[in-house]
Amino acid sequence: MVSNVSPASLPRPRVPWAVVGVTPFMIFAVLFLILPTLFLVVGAFQANDGGFTLANLGKLWTPTILSSYWISIKVSVASAVIGAAIGAFIAYAAVSGGLPRWIRPTIMTFSGVASQFAGVPLAFAFLATLGRQGLVTLFLSSLFGINIYSQGFNLLSFWGLTLTYLYFQIPLMVLIVTPAIEGLRKEWREAATILGASTWQYWRHIAGPVLLPSFLGATLLLFANSFGAIATAYALTGSSLNIVTILLYAQIRGDVLHDQNLGYAIAFGMIVITGLSNLCYILLRVRSERWLK
Amino acid sequence: MKTDRLGHWLAILIGMLYFLVPLAATFEFSLRKLRGVYSFEAYRIVLADPQFQSSFTFSIGLAVVTIVFGMAIIVPMAYFVELRLRKLRPFIEFVTLLPLVVPAIVIVFGYLRLYNSSSVLPLTNSSLGTNFLLTCGYVTLALPYMYRSIETGLRSIDVRTLTEAAESLGASSATIIWRVILPNIRSAMLSGAFLTFAIVIGEFTFASLLNRPAFGPYLQLIGANRAYEPAALAVMAFMITWACMGIIQVISRNAVAARH
Amino acid sequence: MSFIEISHLKKSFGPNTVVHDFSLSIDKGEFVSFLGPSGCGKTTILRMIAGFESATSGSISVGGAEMTHLPPAKRNVGMVFQAYALFPNLTVAGNIGFGLKIAGKERGEIDARVAEMLELIKLPDLGGRYPYQLSGGQQQRVALARALAIKPQVLLLDEPLSALDAKIRVSLREEIRSLQRELGITTVFVTHDQEEALSISDRIVVMNEGRADQVGTPSAIYNNPATRFVASFVGTLNLFEARVVDPASGRVSIDGQPVMTARDISAFGIADEATVALRPEALTLGNGDDDRNTLAGTVEEVSFLGAVIRVRVRLREARVSLDIFNDPALVLPKIGMPAVVSFKKDDLLIIDGR
Repeated sequence: MVSNVSPASLPRPRVPWAVVGVTPFMIFAVLFLILPTLFLVVGAFQANDGGFTLANLGKLWTPTILSSYWISIKVSVASAVIGAAIGAFIAYAAVSGGLPRWIRPTIMTFSGVASQFAGVPLAFAFLATLGRQGLVTLFLSSLFGINIYSQGFNLLSFWGLTLTYLYFQIPLMVLIVTPAIEGLRKEWREAATILGASTWQYWRHIAGPVLLPSFLGATLLLFANSFGAIATAYALTGSSLNIVTILLYAQIRGDVLHDQNLGYAIAFGMIVITGLSNLCYILLRVRSERWLK
Repeated sequence: MKTDRLGHWLAILIGMLYFLVPLAATFEFSLRKLRGVYSFEAYRIVLADPQFQSSFTFSIGLAVVTIVFGMAIIVPMAYFVELRLRKLRPFIEFVTLLPLVVPAIVIVFGYLRLYNSSSVLPLTNSSLGTNFLLTCGYVTLALPYMYRSIETGLRSIDVRTLTEAAESLGASSATIIWRVILPNIRSAMLSGAFLTFAIVIGEFTFASLLNRPAFGPYLQLIGANRAYEPAALAVMAFMITWACMGIIQVISRNAVAARH
Repeated sequence: MSFIEISHLKKSFGPNTVVHDFSLSIDKGEFVSFLGPSGCGKTTILRMIAGFESATSGSISVGGAEMTHLPPAKRNVGMVFQAYALFPNLTVAGNIGFGLKIAGKERGEIDARVAEMLELIKLPDLGGRYPYQLSGGQQQRVALARALAIKPQVLLLDEPLSALDAKIRVSLREEIRSLQRELGITTVFVTHDQEEALSISDRIVVMNEGRADQVGTPSAIYNNPATRFVASFVGTLNLFEARVVDPASGRVSIDGQPVMTARDISAFGIADEATVALRPEALTLGNGDDDRNTLAGTVEEVSFLGAVIRVRVRLREARVSLDIFNDPALVLPKIGMPAVVSFKKDDLLIIDGR
């Protein structure tokens, strides 16, 4: 590799290459990531005349906005918790042995694909599956005579959206938590066993507590992941399901509210929620990495 | 032991079903365009739609520009941070994680306020400016993934030693990056590139709010107005995602094989 | 009656048999090492004693109680693993007290025992630390305390020193040995390091391809290796194919030069080939006393190893290495010089067991 390099003959004036190399990124980060975010955060605390105010945040406490936050949080919590539980179990099943060798890489590949398969096409896929004319809906009604829609199911509802989100939440959990489960050392189980512990006691005292930070952290990441999502919900439900991203989308489009600074406040509220869950995620990850080193 | 394994099989089976049934259903649905007979009519209609062609090529172009632009600013940054500016790392970590914290819709909201027609830098005034803004948005979306894969690539080679060896032979910084570092992190860059492609190609929020004729808004439009064509589009989108992830798998496997 | 009785133990993984018909008796309070290269079956036997592997056939009993098929949790055995086996989420005290807590002991009793164990491993103030805050040597001492806290009837050590630095390895092995003497606990120690096994054990079992090649005290293993494998695995050795000249008087010829052995070679016939061995430290430069054997050759290489200097002398075809103690006053032999090496009749080992 090194032999490819042509030797230079003349001494050059010293250019601070490191600074030159880093600068474009820094400018980019400031202009297109930090400034826009700051702008909204500041705007959330600004009155129309530019002065400081908490009134914008106060306006969040209206039934429409509160309920949109609440539905978003509910969908995100449900899809994160269920996704985390199922994902962790699948990851454990794939990693812990007893199954053929090809299972693990297959699961990981599938998870990689499914975790990226989100947005508008995912909504189409679930409409084709569990919509009124969806394959599974028709299958259930023709084979078992169960019409899930007359049973109260609706894809364009809280549970419908949660079910749809799980399609990328479960595989995302598998991807995040597999390294942590692989970090469980065989020796810990053996040491616990030889000290007299049962399988349950091993999980209760060792494996459970060791995995807990990774598990909780991953759950928080899933939460933030679905909290900020909009495309799937928008394509699935139009604006019939009032989640906060769709509310903000409508607000930006100028459809509703007609209050600039309230829009900033909604955005600020979202940043606070996803920011907090990410912060906790990072703290938990630091802790588990320290253990699993 | 036996019942244990049964539980594992069951978990994986259910996971697989959850993954495969919607795909099968979508495919089946996409074939129902003609009454009473399975056909690829929906695909034919979609592929023949000039709006499909223009939005799809627009998004592919956008993805390519995003990848090139993203790599152009991220690779030198990651290299110099790894080599000389280690103290910047916490800040870089923070910035590259920010897009996971701040939802896309919030970022684009910021863009619209900051770069609208009455601002100092009115990027949204021209379609070229808006396209640039959209590209920047996509770079921020892809930033966590691109940076992560490049950083992993840089860490797997010994950047310092390679650089010092090249310097001792008289190479300039540009030469070192171009002829020593890049060839060594090629597979990491390719992985990041394909992941970015998969993210950008069907992206909806940025493109829709910036009013660009990209593939994501087109998908949404078709979804709101047609019955069977969306399923056909979903199958195509899935195949694109699958191809990107498959290529990443192959690349990283080859990279691992090459290292041993 | 011995304390641990292993008889006709066999272990196969599918078509691979890794332990063949292994039998061994270990006395109470004895320190026995299993020494051998990786894959020789030593760890498998240890794991069968612990209960992590089930024997294909044969039996293991401890203190007269049969436990071939007992689950590990019921065996009351202590075990120290290679490394990193401390529970990362528990403090040092939590680790040491884990077995007692599982056994349902009272808080006070656990605390007292933990304090006692911390005292024993000379880390009395580190009870509140987490494993990642400890050095490798400290971690292994805690692992030892954790294994001993439950007052096991047998202590199993699975290469506990192999992940440590050379210096700590030596000091910790001495510590393990003195602890073991103090507590009088029957101990089985697995290692691939011959120096470790020689320095620490009452008896050594040299394992090769799933069989015990030799069982004996360190000095017996070193001075009278039973097989070529034992001889070459334990210590450095000069091996020769010698020709028997006179079986009755013990005369053989090495590379054409006649030497005498004090060992019995009457089972050999005249002109038979015999594998003989010489330890480098048994050889000296120069003729020495009259009754010493001598071999003549040329100095081929001199390497300075610190405490000793290793000299390689080329005979006609064969080469012989010898160690001389480092002495500043010594005039080192020069390469290419003619040299004579000598050794006692007793030191010529006959490896070929006939």
